Amino acid sequence: MSAAGLPTQRWSKLEIAFWLIPIAAFFAFPKYLTLGSQILITALFALSLDLILGYARIISLGQAAFFGLGAYTAGLLAKYGWGEPLSGLVLGGLVASLAGLVTSFLVVRGQDLTRLMVTLGIGLMFYEAANQATSITGGVDGLSGVVMGKLFGVFSFGMDGRTAYVYSLVVLFIVFCCARTLVRSPFGLSLRGIREGEKRMPAIGASVPRKLVAVYTIGAGIAGIAGALLAQTTQFVGIDSLGFPRSADLMIMLVLGGTGYLYGGIIGAAVFMLMQDYLSNLNPVYWQFWLGLLLVIIVLFARGGLLGGLIALRQRLASRWE
Amino acid sequence: MSAVLRTVGLSKTFGGFKANADVSLSFAPGARHALIGPNGAGKTTFINLLTGVLPPTSGEVYLGDEQITKLPQHVRVKRGMTRTFQINTLFPGLTALESMVLACCEHDGRGGVWWRAASSERTAIDAATAILAQLKLDRDAATLTRELPYGKQRLLEIALALATRPKVLLLDEPAAGIPSAESAELFAVIANLPREVTIVFIEHDMDLVFKFAQRITVMVGGTVLVEGTPDEIAGDRRVREVYLGEAEHA
Amino acid sequence: MIGNFIGVLFDGIAYGSLLFVISIGLSVTMGLMNFVNLAHGAFAMVGGYACVLAMTRLGVPFLATLPIAFVVSAAAGIVLERTLYRRLYRATHLDQVLFSIGLVFMSIAATTYFFGPQQQPVQLPAFLRGQVHVLGIDLGAYRLFLIGIVVAITIALTLLIERTRFGAEIRASVDNQQASAGLGINVYRVFSLTFALGSGLAGLGGGLGIDVLGLDPTFPLKYMVYFLLVVAVGGAGTVKGPLFAALILGVFDVAGKYYVPQVGSFIIYVVMVVMLIVFPRGLVGRHA
Repeated sequence: MSAAGLPTQRWSKLEIAFWLIPIAAFFAFPKYLTLGSQILITALFALSLDLILGYARIISLGQAAFFGLGAYTAGLLAKYGWGEPLSGLVLGGLVASLAGLVTSFLVVRGQDLTRLMVTLGIGLMFYEAANQATSITGGVDGLSGVVMGKLFGVFSFGMDGRTAYVYSLVVLFIVFCCARTLVRSPFGLSLRGIREGEKRMPAIGASVPRKLVAVYTIGAGIAGIAGALLAQTTQFVGIDSLGFPRSADLMIMLVLGGTGYLYGGIIGAAVFMLMQDYLSNLNPVYWQFWLGLLLVIIVLFARGGLLGGLIALRQRLASRWE
Repeated sequence: MSAVLRTVGLSKTFGGFKANADVSLSFAPGARHALIGPNGAGKTTFINLLTGVLPPTSGEVYLGDEQITKLPQHVRVKRGMTRTFQINTLFPGLTALESMVLACCEHDGRGGVWWRAASSERTAIDAATAILAQLKLDRDAATLTRELPYGKQRLLEIALALATRPKVLLLDEPAAGIPSAESAELFAVIANLPREVTIVFIEHDMDLVFKFAQRITVMVGGTVLVEGTPDEIAGDRRVREVYLGEAEHA
Repeated sequence: MIGNFIGVLFDGIAYGSLLFVISIGLSVTMGLMNFVNLAHGAFAMVGGYACVLAMTRLGVPFLATLPIAFVVSAAAGIVLERTLYRRLYRATHLDQVLFSIGLVFMSIAATTYFFGPQQQPVQLPAFLRGQVHVLGIDLGAYRLFLIGIVVAITIALTLLIERTRFGAEIRASVDNQQASAGLGINVYRVFSLTFALGSGLAGLGGGLGIDVLGLDPTFPLKYMVYFLLVVAVGGAGTVKGPLFAALILGVFDVAGKYYVPQVGSFIIYVVMVVMLIVFPRGLVGRHA
């Protein structure tokens, strides 16, 4: 941060250290790379929600719709002959952001309840549509037969999951850098302005709806990229990638990690998926119960999530050492 | 001399209640025009109608030659008319400088720039710093708005409006809640604003009004009672009735 | 053809009436406490399972279990309101959403643990099964019963809200909390009692709906959208709005599934989105 607190682009040491972790994991856990890719993809998905929820404060319960759109786009492209990964990825993102743009006009109007209902409704509509269009999407059975070509014509998506992991990590990092730049830019400042003083924004000449449309569209696009990643790395698209429980889980991950920090979604996704992998195999009913309880506790006592708590702790320690 | 801002038959009704009834006012360029009247006279409603916060039930608003009645709030600001709020409407979690840079970036049309850090916006930062200095807030640039004392928040309220480089500045009780010693200072800052800027202000403190206004409009019960120079208003019997009558019943 | 159409209409109205009974509590509490409660369906579920328990374990006949459902859900409502919900009245809507989702998950898991994931059966009394012949058309007896109950409840509710002192307190608190408190109305007591009433009605609806909506642990999630829909489209804080919204939604849902089954639920969501665009504050718009 510069002298008066205006955000700069400088990377802190903690941030650099943070990004070394997934790189180290690649070498340290070669047998868990598939889970690792899943975590990275979910982290990207959570990032998309952080922009919408953490920065623009739009309560969106239908983010999975955009994820699913990106997944089906990339999946269908690959299934019907176009197996080139990067273009499939970009197209998935574009289709999702187009859907986001179209639906954003519904979302920026109205208050919290209306927004919630509209995003929920959109999510459910897409799910139903995917469910019914079995000839295209495979319905409940999912979309299979996704055949991926080689990445850059060199790296094939093998069973070891190495290409998938590196691919996911690089995509996540690139998108994260873009999001990070955005959040520290004048546009990001205006998003904080909307958060801190929505009423004053039009009085300084800023159109709030237009900015919300922009953020929502970008968030949708990122979710679409994440979905496309999933389709490409697992060569399959399941219909539950579109469902409400998916959107709810995502929100939980983000809140767990902490909204509005950009890193919160990544941390939350990692913690959530690791816990889920370990616990829900024990007993899915228990998992759901403790998850619900965790959510209630977070809301009542630990609103900033893991990152919020850590930051508060660091501030308290720093002031004690002064 | 054509008016820089005028209204024609502006009215606003809430249910059965007429907040503004057929208000036709015009403001000359460069004016220092005060809008006074008892509480509930409809002054803030008038400002809300001028700025687009509320849509009128009937009537039109003209900024220069252009009719702006249907334009949204932020577009009117871009056309050169800005207001401040009676109750501080700031950005509590942003520092004074961040708030100002935000406003200056928006004014420069750089509010959509997403590929550079905010700290690289030198033009906006310089402009923001200059205005803060003008209002003697430069030392508080790095302070969070919610940690500023009330008087400084009130100054920031005006600073934000100045960041939009207005041709017409509408001030809604700028000295609200400020003790008289400080409010004279605040009005001195306002008085030092360039002559080209038209200033319309609502105020209750009559000393300040008579000291700074060149023209005064008195509103009562949603309509204009009388308009004139400070001397005319001071001598007007109806005005005295409105204020003294109030004092008697108070 | 006409017979079918009237049959569909009738079914839709019955279905909508059921939605109304469950959702009305949500409308009043949302309008009153400005609390977005996604867990409202859980109270309906509690009522349903209370009915089932009373019927299977205690041998209570179906109709007598309905008041039990009301009481049990109302009690659950008061307890949760006093201990948990009350802390979040001033929280952001997001926090309320998260909190209530947490409650939903917990309720689903707990119910699955105690009752298993299967559908719960219900033994309707003989006189409520089968058809009744009305004006040349065969109408389901149970659905007629439902409509009758809902009419009674609507009348009772309207009387409560319009004619009693408590109702006046509710209306005042919905309109302006601060002023009401200033008048000496114990606003928190109004909240608690209203929440209890709303939850109780939801429980009653849950019990009534076992035959029509089914009852399994995923009930709160499955129907969450519908309840929210009724309130969002109808307008929180009113009785009439959700009533119309519920009837419209009920009819469209049944008609949609009957006439264009391949599109099914899709219709409801489209109707909802359209209505929210046209009436962003609900049919009988109040502040949401």
